Amino acid sequence: MSGAVQLVRDPIDPAALMARVARPAHGALILFLGVVRDVNDGRGVTGIEYSAYEGMAARELESIADEAVVRFVGADVAIEHRLGYLTLEDVSVGIAVAHAHRDEAYAASRWIIEEIKRRVPIWKREHYVDGSREWVDPSGAVSAELAQ
Amino acid sequence: MTVTVLLFASYADALGEASLELDLAEDATVADVLAEVSRRPGAASLPPAPLIAVNQRYAARTARLRSGDEVALIPPVAGG
Repeated sequence: MSGAVQLVRDPIDPAALMARVARPAHGALILFLGVVRDVNDGRGVTGIEYSAYEGMAARELESIADEAVVRFVGADVAIEHRLGYLTLEDVSVGIAVAHAHRDEAYAASRWIIEEIKRRVPIWKREHYVDGSREWVDPSGAVSAELAQ
Repeated sequence: MTVTVLLFASYADALGEASLELDLAEDATVADVLAEVSRRPGAASLPPAPLIAVNQRYAARTARLRSGDEVALIPPVAGG
C-alpha cells in the first residue's frame, strides 16, 4: 500500500489524516468520517466487528485512491479503514480530500466513500443490544457488474 | 491442478471453514469451483452466483484458472 491508503487496527486519527493531504495550494479540505451508530434498521446496535480480505481490500482501496486523483485532477487523498471490533462513535473509515477548490473536493470525497461501499471486500457483523450478532448485507445487486 | 478457495464472513460461517484446497481438471473455470463448493455441507445457504475474485481481482464465472490460483468467494461487501 502507498502512503495514501491504509487498513488499520488502531483508532483513526482525523488530524493526522488531514495533515497528509494539506498543501499550500489547496483551498478546500474535506474530512469524511464513517462512525458506528447506535441503531440500524430499527435494531439497537452496541458495536460492529469489521473484517476484510486484507490483501484485496488494500489493493481495491489503493485503486480507488489512484482513480480519484485521475478523475478529480489536482486532488490529494488519504484513506484509512479500520478493522476489528468497534464500539459506538468509533470511526470506521476516514477520508481526507484536499483540492484547490471546494467543488472538486466535495465531489471526490463523495465518490470515494461510494466506491469503498461498492467494491472493497470488507464485511461487518453488527452486535445488537439483545446479544445477537448478524452480518450486514447491504445489497446483492452489485455482483454482476463487478465481475465484468 | 490445485486451487485455494477462500471464504469470508457469512460464507465462512456457512461452510464452517475459511479456506479449502480443491483438485480440479486442467481446464477448470471459476464456475467449476462454484460447483465443487456447492456440494460442501452448509453450502445451501450461499447464493447461486456469489461474487468471485481470482488472485485478488474480481472475476467472471467463465474465467480460466491456473494451478495455485487463489479463488475467493466474496459475500456482499459492507465497508464504510
